[in-house]
Amino acid sequence: MAVLTMREALNQALSEEMERDEKVILLGEEVAEYQGAYKVSSGLLQKFGAKRVWDTPISESGFAGLGVGAAMQGLRPVVEFMTWSFSMVAYDQIVNNAGAIRYMSGGQYSIPIVFRGSSGAGLQVGATHSHTPENWYANVPALTVITPAFPDDAKGLLKSAIRSNNPVCFIENEKLYGFKDEVPEGDILTTIGKARIRREGSQVTLIANSASTHVALASALQLEADGISAEVLDLRTIKPLDLPAILGSVAKTNRVVIVEENKPFAGWGAQVAYEIQNRSFDELDAPIERVTGLDVPQPYSRVLEQAVMPSAERVTEAAKKTLA
Amino acid sequence: MASSGAKKVRSKEKPGKSPAVLPTLTPSERVDLLRKMVLIRRFEQKAAQAFMQAKIKGFCHLYIGQEALAVGSISTLNSSDAVITAYRDHGHALARGMTPRECMAELFGKITGCSRGKGGSMHFFNREKHFHGGHGIVGGQTPLAAGIAFAQKYNGTGEVTVCYLGDGAVNQGAFHESLNLAALWKLPVIYVIENNEYAMGTHQSRSSAGYPLVKRADGYDMAGITANGNDVDDVREKMWDAVQLARTESLPSLVEVKTYRYRGHSMSDPGNYRTKEEIAERKKESEPISLFKERLFKEKALTEKQYEEIERVAVEEAEDSIAFAESSPEPEVATVFEDIFAPEDQIAEFRPPIGS
Repeated sequence: MAVLTMREALNQALSEEMERDEKVILLGEEVAEYQGAYKVSSGLLQKFGAKRVWDTPISESGFAGLGVGAAMQGLRPVVEFMTWSFSMVAYDQIVNNAGAIRYMSGGQYSIPIVFRGSSGAGLQVGATHSHTPENWYANVPALTVITPAFPDDAKGLLKSAIRSNNPVCFIENEKLYGFKDEVPEGDILTTIGKARIRREGSQVTLIANSASTHVALASALQLEADGISAEVLDLRTIKPLDLPAILGSVAKTNRVVIVEENKPFAGWGAQVAYEIQNRSFDELDAPIERVTGLDVPQPYSRVLEQAVMPSAERVTEAAKKTLA
Repeated sequence: MASSGAKKVRSKEKPGKSPAVLPTLTPSERVDLLRKMVLIRRFEQKAAQAFMQAKIKGFCHLYIGQEALAVGSISTLNSSDAVITAYRDHGHALARGMTPRECMAELFGKITGCSRGKGGSMHFFNREKHFHGGHGIVGGQTPLAAGIAFAQKYNGTGEVTVCYLGDGAVNQGAFHESLNLAALWKLPVIYVIENNEYAMGTHQSRSSAGYPLVKRADGYDMAGITANGNDVDDVREKMWDAVQLARTESLPSLVEVKTYRYRGHSMSDPGNYRTKEEIAERKKESEPISLFKERLFKEKALTEKQYEEIERVAVEEAEDSIAFAESSPEPEVATVFEDIFAPEDQIAEFRPPIGS
């Protein structure tokens, strides 16, 4: 099996899907001649030409909406946001158009579009550039929200997302682009909406997604050193949630810590906690803990930002609280 | 689709050589235009009545006074061309050939409506007729139009897209972003500003800097064209230039059409931002149906008696649409969970049953 970085795995997915289906096009800032701000689209212009790979003006509302219109007309656009932080200026197009036109028209349209790009905090780029908006988009009924943590899932889920006939928000994390891992060769189509146990454990379940999965895994090592067995469940998809996987792990460990980079109020972890207490109340031996980004705008200073981010230490502390 | 030497068409002039001339309509085809205008007027009047009777709820924005604009412009299109508009969409839908029945039933929220009762007045859709909405957020439809035109060009079909917006929408960022993309990528799209002078209750003099509004085309090196929206013939002539430019050269245009709405912004508009005298004056000088009717009389294309028949049939059709809407069933509550997701066919279905 090849070892690829996250960006290489994403690039493979785009390249294979564009090769397979000429309705797939890529639009975004610097995706073509610059080869991608994070090099995810590297080489695609050379391979597929200017009819398929489009450098857009810095005009997120315009090109996101253009993508939705093209999808209404039968193309399968992949729209890259240089970062999801910039998607806020396209929010109306994503929510009201991609998210509602099928429903508002009584089912006359399919909107096969993927919005994708980097996200996340921790790289000292301040409040405007550090958002993890998966909870915002998960709030829109018709949107699917995918947040991969590993290169194999990034490839397999992006390929599935492009083949979906519905709008998908595919939210990558900037901190993970250089992360390397094994990726199966060829046409892998990972099922959307399925969580994956990344580490087996018996005493506490750490539920995480995207970069937070790696925080949870680091915490699991700390807990192991203290003789505590933690299971790490990587949700991979935020919407739809994989409730059977979540409830199955809870039934096994009876304790839960949710780890999420987004802000606490109505973060996706709040929904997961609700589902667990509502469906598996009797399985719980302790209140559910959440470790989230702190409820402040993201600061620039390294010291301040590290205090705001979920850390392995905070997760370990929370896990021990459930076992106290 | 990569850019190559642009043919620049300035807004100060008409787009020079239109390769084909506007086809001359036969007298009966001209009468058909009038028939459509009258149908829209009578449909809207019936809708207003039904709204007052609380049979139509929500917002209801009427097109009365603007009929020549939708009818004239859409008459220059092929049936496979795309039409998209904002929330004042009843007139465009009817001009596009959607039936009064499916439109009125949508206003009544019935399952037989053009959007199965899920869209309402502001969100009419009929994909088969290439009527792509009905959009409720001011300016929100303008990037969609660029995208539909992008796909038309990508697929090489020779089709074009017409996107309507109000004079209030010209100050939305999405509109400017759309003009830029359309001009930059040479998309076959025509943006039509329906300038009825009021953005809801705010007169254009209090909402927009820079007149005429068509000047906004200049900044994007697009063709800018103006037309008299009370005159269906003038609308046709000017739109034809824009449509040809899009179809034969894949170049976008901005068309500003001067019009006037006789009713409020919506049915719940108290109308205190303009005088009754102003409305009466406008009706007197430039009511589009009378203007065109008189012209057809002069051309001997129409007799008084034939006109009466047109009126009678339009009223009958509007009444029939009310009867149809009233007698149509409400949507089954279970349909609330339908039409959210398109069925998957390239990957396995992955969503749990809705409501589980």
